[in-house]
Amino acid sequence: MSKDLITLEHISKSYDGQLILDDLSLSIYENSFVTLLGPSGCGKTTTLRIIGGFEKPDQGRVVFDNQDITNLAPNKRQLNTVFQKYALFTHMTIAENIAFGLKIKNKPDSYIRDKIRYALKLVNLEGFENRMPDSLSGGQQQRIAIARAIVNEPKVLLLDEPLGALDLKMRQDMQYELKRLKEELGITFIYVTHDQEEALTMSDHIVVMNQGYIQQEGSPEKIYNEPENAFVADFIGDSNIIRATMIRDELVEILGAKFACVDKGFGENKPVDVVIRPEDVELVSPDEGTISGVVTGLTFKGVHYEMDVEANGYEWLVHSTRLSEVGTHVGIKVYPFNIQIMNVPASEDEEAISETV
Amino acid sequence: MKKVLTRIYLIIILIFMYAPIFTLIVLSFNSSKSRARWGGFTLGWYINLLSDEAVASALINTLTIAVLATIFSTIIGTFTCIAMIGLSPKLRSVIMGITNIPMINADIVTGISLMLLFRFLHLSSGFSTILLAHITFNIPFVMLSVMPRVKNLNFYVYEAALDLGANPAYAFTKTILPDIIPGIVSGALMAFTMSLDDFIITYFTKGSGFETLSTLIYNEVKRGIQPEIYALSAIIFVVVLALLLIVYRAPQAKSKEK
Repeated sequence: MSKDLITLEHISKSYDGQLILDDLSLSIYENSFVTLLGPSGCGKTTTLRIIGGFEKPDQGRVVFDNQDITNLAPNKRQLNTVFQKYALFTHMTIAENIAFGLKIKNKPDSYIRDKIRYALKLVNLEGFENRMPDSLSGGQQQRIAIARAIVNEPKVLLLDEPLGALDLKMRQDMQYELKRLKEELGITFIYVTHDQEEALTMSDHIVVMNQGYIQQEGSPEKIYNEPENAFVADFIGDSNIIRATMIRDELVEILGAKFACVDKGFGENKPVDVVIRPEDVELVSPDEGTISGVVTGLTFKGVHYEMDVEANGYEWLVHSTRLSEVGTHVGIKVYPFNIQIMNVPASEDEEAISETV
Repeated sequence: MKKVLTRIYLIIILIFMYAPIFTLIVLSFNSSKSRARWGGFTLGWYINLLSDEAVASALINTLTIAVLATIFSTIIGTFTCIAMIGLSPKLRSVIMGITNIPMINADIVTGISLMLLFRFLHLSSGFSTILLAHITFNIPFVMLSVMPRVKNLNFYVYEAALDLGANPAYAFTKTILPDIIPGIVSGALMAFTMSLDDFIITYFTKGSGFETLSTLIYNEVKRGIQPEIYALSAIIFVVVLALLLIVYRAPQAKSKEK
């Protein structure tokens, strides 16, 4: 079991009377790649800024390595940040940018030179010492920002949507790059993003946030396959989220048809939400399916076809590598283990959180 | 055709604007005292001017006040702009509006009100009251020049410096100052120019026995215009023109470097 490096205890924060974080508690393990994931305004960046020391929580404590750092200034914290818009020092060369933190710590020149070379090598930008930041592409600037942060050997690297300004191809390359860096450096990464694909690709642990609350945390597989509520299911990938009735253990009634499932303990004849991923919906011939319907929409997505199927009054989203033309009558089948049952939000407050998406 | 007309229009405008000053400069080199007759080229008036003690002391007064007023107004104006970062955009534009009013306000109103205020506070008129007045009317010009730079600051850069271990003062000089320095320089030059050629406000706040170049010229004119005054006015014009050219050129040259 790895040990907790950073613990947030009952953090609350509001701006101009608007509550951004509400009694948030979170533990971050040493050496993990943790992603705070959520839509804009969910409080993920504020959480990161509280860890970085740029914001003070109204309530609660930030504990780093068993020490309370809630009131410690950012320049005294053993962590470094990679900012959204790179934030390079534009009037300094790349080498001066990277040396900035080391010079403040009065490291000897030879040490600084070695570190610059090492950091540039690590981010694949050898020989860029004397360039100016303006002459670099967005992706290169972001790598320099990372190099500038890691030469200080922080225990934790905070990354605030660092790939947000890059184009798709560059973003995908950088995702693997970051994962590799994390392995090579052996430090903790705390990553903030609204991009669920980024989160799934890179993280060991994902914290899904919405409106200042943690909705669910866990491994990428767990978050994707077993979302705990409709918000998480909807935010992480496309989903069919349908109000249904749990007849009894392992049997659920969806849109008037009975589906076998693997979930137990929800009670009998209880309203529930079911989540079925579009790639888990099997299209078969009408008489083979549990319910049947007609294909109403078709889009080619490259890896698969995306189809809309109108069945029993619900428009099912289906991903399949096999094509069914618009107008085809099809049956819908779902394997029991692909049906994820969730409790219907108990309070109106919870409901509000789920429905504002 | 349209192009020719535009040209002609532009030339007429320029003549209207610069003919008087051109006349002044020509006359400052005229060896005849008459304003109607060209008596040949001379530098005599300029030489007379430089040997005139009243002019020399007025020049020193003017420069001292301009330099001190520039320094104080630049510091005050710059820090005010930086302090306004923390305000909401709405409050910021309200404050900018208030500080802009003295610039468009008639100088005579500013001059008289400052004079009344200094009387009310029992400040004896002279060097210090002129200096205070100049600092006051210069601050808006500095702010006008610094504020756009401050608005465009990328604060993540400042935070990045803190993040890398810099204390706030070091982070400020390494990140914020380099970004706003062109605004500060042009603001300071602007303030210097304003201070150098101010007459009305200086006139109302100077008291007796203390002269700057502009008030000296005014006094001389009352006694009948001497050609030395043409020379003095021509020098002031050239100095102010040079400063203004620097003000307008400085930010452009800076951006070209990049």
